[in-house]
Parts: sequence; C-alpha cells; structure tokens
Amino acid sequence: MLRKKECVAMLLAGGQGSRLYALTSNIAKPAVCFGAKYRIIDFPLSNCINSGIDTVGVLTQYQPLVLNEYVGNGQPWDLDRTFGGVHILSPYEAKTDTSWYKGTANAIYQNIRFMKMYDPEYVLILSGDHIYKMDYDKMLEAHKATGADCTIACMKVPMKEASRFGILNTNPDGTIYEFEEKPKQPKSDLASMGIYIFTASKLFKYLELDEKDPDSQNDFGKNILPAMLNAGEKMCSYKFEGYWKDVGTISSLWEANMDLLGDAPKFDLRDTERVIHSRSPLAPPAYVEGEVVNSLIANGCDIEGDVINSVIGTGCVIEKGAVVKDSVLMGNTVVKAGANVNYSIIDEEVVIGKKSKVGDVIEKASLIEGKTSGITVLGRGITVSDGGNVPAGEIVDKNV
Amino acid sequence: MASTVGVIFSSVNDENVPELTKVRSKGSIPYGGRYRLVDFALSCMVNSGITTVGMITKNNYQSLMDHLGSGKEWDLARKEGGLILLPPYSDESEMLYRNRLEGLKGASAFLKKCKEDFVVVADSDAVYKLDYSKVIEQHAKTNADITLVYHEHECGEVNSYIMLDTDKTGKVTSIDVNQAAPGVRKHYINVFVARTSYLLNLIRTAISRGYSSFSGDILIPAAKTGSIYAYKYEGYYQSIDSLQSYFKANMDLLNKKVRSELFDDRDIYTKINDAAPAKFTAEAKVSNSLIHDGCFIEGTVENSILFRGVKVGKGAVVKNCILMSENVVGDGCKLAYVISDKDVAVSEGTSLAGCAKKPYFINKGMHI
Repeated sequence: MLRKKECVAMLLAGGQGSRLYALTSNIAKPAVCFGAKYRIIDFPLSNCINSGIDTVGVLTQYQPLVLNEYVGNGQPWDLDRTFGGVHILSPYEAKTDTSWYKGTANAIYQNIRFMKMYDPEYVLILSGDHIYKMDYDKMLEAHKATGADCTIACMKVPMKEASRFGILNTNPDGTIYEFEEKPKQPKSDLASMGIYIFTASKLFKYLELDEKDPDSQNDFGKNILPAMLNAGEKMCSYKFEGYWKDVGTISSLWEANMDLLGDAPKFDLRDTERVIHSRSPLAPPAYVEGEVVNSLIANGCDIEGDVINSVIGTGCVIEKGAVVKDSVLMGNTVVKAGANVNYSIIDEEVVIGKKSKVGDVIEKASLIEGKTSGITVLGRGITVSDGGNVPAGEIVDKNV
Repeated sequence: MASTVGVIFSSVNDENVPELTKVRSKGSIPYGGRYRLVDFALSCMVNSGITTVGMITKNNYQSLMDHLGSGKEWDLARKEGGLILLPPYSDESEMLYRNRLEGLKGASAFLKKCKEDFVVVADSDAVYKLDYSKVIEQHAKTNADITLVYHEHECGEVNSYIMLDTDKTGKVTSIDVNQAAPGVRKHYINVFVARTSYLLNLIRTAISRGYSSFSGDILIPAAKTGSIYAYKYEGYYQSIDSLQSYFKANMDLLNKKVRSELFDDRDIYTKINDAAPAKFTAEAKVSNSLIHDGCFIEGTVENSILFRGVKVGKGAVVKNCILMSENVVGDGCKLAYVISDKDVAVSEGTSLAGCAKKPYFINKGMHI
C-alpha cells in the first residue's frame, strides 16, 4: 500500500514578533514562554496531535536556535514518527533562485516538495502566535462536508477591534464573498484566526500561480485568499467558539497569562481532555514557603517571598521579603531578598537584585500609555543590580 | 571512564514496606513529589556515563515497567545497549529467585553478552546521589576483586544492615551482617563494583557449590582471603526500609541542603507526565512544602509533599503529610501525618491523623 497522510499541517513559525520587543531579540515568537511551563508553539503542536494530525512542518526563519532545540524530534508531543512527525523546515539553498522566505505563501511554496512526500488531500496552515485549544479535525470535517476548496477558521471579535484582523464577509450559508486584510471600515466582526484548510491540489495550484506573479507580496491574506476568491473557488468560513488569543503584543501576552488565573479562568490549562504537551524540564516539585495567592507556580521553583496574581515559570527563585505582584516570570529568574516586582513580564534567566524595584503597582502603571501600556519588560538574561529601579513601562534589554 | 555496565535490583526486601509494595516493587515506590526510588540508582548510572543497564525484576513489576517504558527519559532507549529488563523465568533462571545470588544468575546471560569491562550492581532501595565512575576509578586503582560502597552514619539497635570494617588502605577486613551495634558504623549500601568477568566467575562458582547468600557465602569469606575494598560515599543517603524511614526520606527534602545536593548539578531523570503548573487560589496558604505541577490548592498546606495533581479543598488543612498523585482532599478535611498512596479521595470534613513515628497510611485508590 502506498503510504500517505490525509492531512499535513504547516506551521508558520518564522515571524520575528517585533511588537514583543526585548522578548524576541534572540528567539522567534513561537518560542516565547507562556503560562509558566509552556512555549507558544506548544499550543498548535498539541492541537495537531490532539486532532489526530501527526505530520507537521514547522517553518522557521528568524532566530531559530531556541525553537529548533525546543521542538527537537517532537517526542514531547508524540510527534516522533517513522513516517510523518514534526519536521523543522528552514529556508535552503537551491540550484537557482535561493532566497529567504519572502512571505507566508512563499514559505509554504518553497516546501511544496515536503508536503508532496505525504501525498495529502488537505493541508492545514497554522501560525505560531496564538493561544487556544482547537479540534482541527472538526474543521476538516466541515471542510469536507461543504466541499470547499479553502476553509478559514474565524471568530467574532469586538467591532472596534475588527480593523486589526483579516475580516471575512460571509453569506448566510457561511461561504465567503469577500476577504479584507485589516480594513479601515470593517463590514463584519468575523475575524480570520490565521488557520486555513486547503484542498491540497488547489493550494499547490494557487501557490504556483502566486509565485509567477512578480507584483505579489506572497502573503496568504493579501494574495492567495483574494486570488482564489476572484477565481470563484469555494471559500467557507468555520466559526470557532472558545478561547483564542493573539499574543503578539506585550499587553496581550500579559493578559493571556492573567487569563489562566482565578476560580473560573478564561482559559483553563487544567482541562485533562485535551492536554497541552510541552518539553517539561526535569525539576523537582516547587518548594513553597512564602505567601502564594491566586497564582500559578511551575516545578523547580523555590518560593520564599510573596507571590500575588502572578505566573511563575519553571526554576524561579523568589527570596524572602521579595514581592512579585501582577507579573509574569518566564523561568529560571532569581528575585532577590526585598525586591519588588509589579506589573511586569520578566524573560528567562533574569536576576533582580536585592531591594530593587521593577515596575509600578498596576493601578498607577496601567494608566501609562506607550508601547507596553505600562507593563515593564525585562529581556532574557539581564541583571538588575541591587537597589536598582526600573520605572513602569520600560523595556530593558541590557543590565541596569 | 572505563567501559561499565549497570545492573539494578528493583525488588529488594519489599516486605520491609508492605504498605507501599502491595501494588508495586521497591524500585517503583513514589518519592519526593515526582520520582520513583529506582530513578536514583538509574540516573546516577546514566550520569556516570553508563549506557547499558540491566534491570532485575522479581514480582509486582507492572508499575515499574510502566514507569521505565523504553527508557527514553534516561536516554536509555538505544540500539546499542540501553535499558534491558531482566524478568524472572528468562534464559538461565528457571525459577523465581530467592536471593541475590540467584538473581544475579538470572542476569548472567545478559552480562555474558556485554563487552564492558566493569559492572556496577546497585539496589533501588535508597535515596542518594553517587558518581559511580569514581568508584570504578578507585576499583581499578586498587586492583580489588570487589569494591563495596559504604556510607558512615549512626546505626540503631535493630538493623539488618551489612557493616564493614576497613584498614587504613581501605581494604575490608571484616563484614558483619544483622548485628545490633549502635554507634557510627560503615553501612554497606548495596552497591558494588567488580570486573564483569570476575562477577560471572563468581556466579558460576556459587551455583556449582550451592551457595545461597551473597554476603554470607561470598563477601564474608572473601574479606578474609581475597581482595575486597571499600569506597566511602559521603553524600546524602537514606535507605527506605520502613514506613518511618520513607516518611523521613521525604521530609528531608524540605531541607534546602538536601534538595540542592540531590537535584542541583546533575538531573535525576524520571518519567514525565505533562500537567499544568500548580494553581494556588486566593484562599491558599502554603508553607514549607513541595508542590508538584498539576496541584490545585484552595486550602492550607504545611510541611508536606504533594505529588502531581493533588487537590486540596477549601478550608482543608494538610500538615506533615505525603499525598501521592491525583489525591483529592475534600473541603474542610484535616489531615496530619498521613501518607496516602495514589488516587485516594478523602471526602469533605474528614479528619485523619497519625504521628511522626507511625504515619497513618491510606491504600491506593481508597475513598474515605
């Protein structure tokens, strides 16, 4: 029997994530830490395996070291397979026409041969910058049922935010008659989630056409989808209900972390039906001595100070007398005695010196307008010296 | 390091802790919030550069097999060598082994195939972190027949330990078994090193002469005539030979010094289960405790070890307890000095208490 896969997933993980500033100076956005023990890419990868899709191409370009190392052979997601599994696809040198990935569509185009190895009927296109749990299999069923050439997952967003997204204008039967990328005056509140299922033959056809067009930006939203619509291909919307968050900005990343807290969290990681897998580090359980209130604590932490409304990643040390409030610590960070951390996102391997002050209380800091809406950001590996002070809303990428 | 193969006994004196070994062998007793006892011997071997390990099992080993799987968490899922289970009734042993010698006889077919020059044999009945490569280094230097590893500590009135006496050079001069001799003694911790060929010879001789005791028939006579040396292990050591010592070994982890000695520097590998980070609600009050991923704390926890996925309800108070994975402590419960095995549920408002000398034990899967 000829071996094939019904559906192959292609995960776009090459983006720089420039609006995360210091958090993505050295790593690609999908490798950014989230929810104390995860990285953003854990969500689409876990969704794939939980939806029965075991062949995933991960397209990397920007700062891929941490991401490559993290994905590895895919074992944490049961994606280490003899046929299929997870594969890192980076831009490569070709005999003619060597180039970086020029756009989302070009990245997929350059890997047509990878997809064809599995002779798929369908291709699922994903992006690596969203936090959500979704059963892609249900979407695939819908794609088959409607007989669409392309199905786009979408969800309702507040009308005032609609101009930040790709907006779908649909007929009552769910078919799409117009696609507008970030429209100034949106006609609908149905936002594309950047999740597409294509019938493989159509995808290959339009990728090749797009590649021949010298004026194209080689982008799914701007070029491929409109081209297919214009040509009269059947495009359907697939409405998703549930938690979905684009964590492309400092404030949305902070919010998404906070959404995990509370008695009835907006997004519950504890749901055992669809487990989010991750490359869990081998740390002993967290040692807790201080006051920990309404927070998440990962293994390997040593908490002797106070933690309030915060998400504390693997291997953090919070010394006696230190207070961490309304903050996200990504992992392996040391908060020394008497230090005060408020309304901040602290990347991995940071040292916060004795009696230093990072950020300001949420009530004041959140009034600040700016790139981070008052959230203080400390980049990977930096040190705040003893007694140091990092004002609210600062983005710090070198020692202070 | 010289090429070395490891052999681990996963079932040793299981009867010492009948509560915990009812559903498993000694090596798979859960420990310290996330580990199994076998993780220590096995991880130490891996961290010492050993890549071939035979695991001798006896009975009740389903839980152990489930834990070890293919050995990938220890980097022992290999084409060459790796982790090899040595269950009873295989190859040369036609019966369930009754003693260490018969256990080793069962492993001899495995050892014959190994090309490694040296063999480390260890039990999985204790918590410690030993670099076996140092033992082998000393073994090669002294040109000993066997090197026994000991730990010096205060021994009580009653014990079933093997005690060593050594001369200045580290050579073992006498070996005592089961002797009550309070005071600081050199306690042989059931880890020894030999040349593979030497051990195979020893097993063959022992079988042909009908020996039945490794310590009585081999070690004690050899200490008089042969060349047995001792290696002093100076790190943290706690054997698990009673429910009380199990309780102590766990509570020792609340001491930062012990934690850092065992877990800093080199990892202790174990099977990984993905669980969400531990969640503490606004009512949670936790002090001096170890809390694993997956826990959900709404009540009070003091001086306790909580394994993966333990839920502590509102108003519940858990003090000096060891709660294994997936325990559910209902609202308003009061637990003190309780050791509860996996999957236990204690319904709302229940009070249970043991004491430091006699912790209250709850069997796996009980609903109270």
